Amino acid sequence: MTSFAELALFLVVLSDFAVLATSRLSACIRAIAFQGILLGALPLLIHLDISGHLVVLAVGTAVIKAGVLPWFLRWAIREAAVRREVEPLIGYMASVILGAAALAIAFAVANALPLRMVGTDLLVPVALVTVMIGLVVLITRSKAVTQVVGYLMLENGIFLFGLTQSERVPFLVEIGVLLDVFVGVFIMGIVVFHINREFDSISAARLTELHD
Amino acid sequence: MTDSQSGVSFTALAVLLIAAPIIPGVASRTKAILTGRQGSPVWQLYADLWKLAQRGTVLSTRTTWIFQLAPVVLLATTIVAAALVPLDGRVSIVRFAGDAVAFAGVLGLGRFALSLAALDTGSSLEGMGASREVTFASLAEPGLFVAFATLGVIAHDFSLSAMLGDAAGRVGASGGAGPSLVMVALSVFALSLAECSRVPVDDPSTHLELTMVHEVMVLDHSGPDLAMILYAGALKLGLFSAILMNVLVAASGQGKWSFGGAAIAALVASFVGMGVSIGVVESIVARLRQPKVPLYLAGGSALALFGLILVLR
Repeated sequence: MTSFAELALFLVVLSDFAVLATSRLSACIRAIAFQGILLGALPLLIHLDISGHLVVLAVGTAVIKAGVLPWFLRWAIREAAVRREVEPLIGYMASVILGAAALAIAFAVANALPLRMVGTDLLVPVALVTVMIGLVVLITRSKAVTQVVGYLMLENGIFLFGLTQSERVPFLVEIGVLLDVFVGVFIMGIVVFHINREFDSISAARLTELHD
Repeated sequence: MTDSQSGVSFTALAVLLIAAPIIPGVASRTKAILTGRQGSPVWQLYADLWKLAQRGTVLSTRTTWIFQLAPVVLLATTIVAAALVPLDGRVSIVRFAGDAVAFAGVLGLGRFALSLAALDTGSSLEGMGASREVTFASLAEPGLFVAFATLGVIAHDFSLSAMLGDAAGRVGASGGAGPSLVMVALSVFALSLAECSRVPVDDPSTHLELTMVHEVMVLDHSGPDLAMILYAGALKLGLFSAILMNVLVAASGQGKWSFGGAAIAALVASFVGMGVSIGVVESIVARLRQPKVPLYLAGGSALALFGLILVLR
């Protein structure tokens, strides 16, 4: 099962890079939905003793991260009539290079962290790189929708990090985190919708302007 | 290198020289089947080469000896590069530490000669094609070096014979380097499409002046010169398919062929496999807009870099 877990973790990294390199919002959302499915499958692949707790966690993650949130983001795009391009503040090429640097840093740092490894030792570096690339997306994209995608990636990284400890983290905490994210993204989506209605644009740069 | 091994190496080189022209044929045949057209036969390139070899060469009065030298240099450098690659998956004919750099350099020399010839014609269109081709190649090369470096780290030896031959297979299977070998294979495939001027970087079947890259460079060549250029292109595809085959065999963790015939059969199978994959890619993917090509190449290089980070970890 470890090799399947490693394969899933590689695909998580590749979907990170897909979000960095793509110029289309819908492709971004597809990549993040795919990442959600992988994250749902990972608890089952890493922890060999499958319990009810794990199954609920896996199914809940997959449904929320791969089903509800992407659907909601698509709804926000449609309702806000966003032009379907990402509009990064730095080029896609520079984004990919930043991502590659993040990859190198993550693997260098992960070895130095004094952590108890569960399952596979790829988990911590992949979690770190997902957090860092999420941060890059969050910073370098001007559209509110892509910033939500960046926030989701950041949260996915934290979820991956949590997987190293999830044998001990209580069930309620996990569900609470999932709920937090769900509510957070929901509010962001509504905010995006309202920003668009007020400003006729969802570019975050325009939020500095005063508006009546 | 024992005598029987070197015999297999030379046989593999002969097989490459004879069978490589089927790769573009298989690619266009796959494309024809997938898009529901009649298409040209698999041996079309042989017929083209035969036809071109019998024709005379038309030379512009503006061109100098550089123009006539370029196809010869291109073909010669490609064959030298073939001698450096372990085509049978065990040993190459010529091997030394760092021959991976020589491999890239020799291929680069051929491209340099061809772009000089393009500039020699004095045509602005050919100059544009040469500029594009060299730009893409210079972006693809770093990724190729990262891929070679990954293989070198896995094999603890920086010669192509060790990287693609026995050592990589042995170390890759036991050392858990499988995932990074898969990354390297994906990266080499992506970059070889650029190196060999195929979709999504260039389209060999287009003859629209605005979009041609490699084709425009060889526009003024005719007769046997053009035959040499086309033949060298097919050989290059064959080289990359042999490299890919070896990386994939190493990734699967299987041992190397102990029996020479199996190695030759695998080489021919890799030609067919490369042709089919190129055909599939060309049927399902549109050619990238030119500003997008660097991003594609950076993505391909990032895959190789991921592989390198995985083995260095």
